[in-house]
Amino acid sequence: MATKSYAGVNVEVNDEGYMTDSSQWTKEIATEIAKQEGVELTEKHFEVLDYIRDKVAGGATLTIRGINKSGVVDAKSFYKMFPGAPLKKSTKIAGVSKPESCI
Amino acid sequence: MENNEKVTLKKVMIICSKGSIEDVYAALVMGNGAVMEGIETKLFFTFFGLDAITKKQMNKLHTATVGNPAMRMPGNLTFPTWLGVLPGVEAGVSMMMRNQMEKLDIPNVEEFLELIVAGGGEIYACKLAADMFGLKMEDFYDDVKAIITVGDLYAMCDGAGTQIIFT
Repeated sequence: MATKSYAGVNVEVNDEGYMTDSSQWTKEIATEIAKQEGVELTEKHFEVLDYIRDKVAGGATLTIRGINKSGVVDAKSFYKMFPGAPLKKSTKIAGVSKPESCI
Repeated sequence: MENNEKVTLKKVMIICSKGSIEDVYAALVMGNGAVMEGIETKLFFTFFGLDAITKKQMNKLHTATVGNPAMRMPGNLTFPTWLGVLPGVEAGVSMMMRNQMEKLDIPNVEEFLELIVAGGGEIYACKLAADMFGLKMEDFYDDVKAIITVGDLYAMCDGAGTQIIFT
């Protein structure tokens, strides 16, 4: 467990840099984590992040299929918005834990 | 001298040569998983694996109820081989398997391919097997990129950090 400073706030993160206390999350923190991950956040990104935070808060497991069906964004745009490993990147930016999912 | 340098996996070529539900899904899960990790992914379907990308067959794959020692009834009861021979049993078992997967939010074959392609994965059919089964580009799922030879496949395997996975 470590502490990192984003947007002037000290947040708890795990070894992989995922926030361990989702309630500390703010849009400013998201913007800074995103910058580290090489992503420039737009309004659309925040819509997706809100969806992810809602889902995780509700105890759901995130999958690419679920994102594709969310009505917020389709899989293709999701891959474009968070290039590389989108599920890992978006959850990190959304301040939730890394998804435990194979699909 | 010992070389301890680790090379990160950058590209995978996944080869699927069988057409049963479990063989095809092994390839699809590995492929989709690689795409999700940002690994360049190419799936190559050959022989009976072509069923997975043939429009007419892709969403009604079966699992073998004969010659499958791991096959069991619900409740972990044994599944005698003679039962698997009866008409309709294989279809019924396969349907149960597909329903169970749907419950676990596992996409069907077509949707799985769609997700792989959405993430930049590429899907190919084997020329030799396509010729053998008399299949053409129009028989295949729309997102199949090309029918290629084994030589074409190997030519795509360039670069350090490339692995070929045969399911």
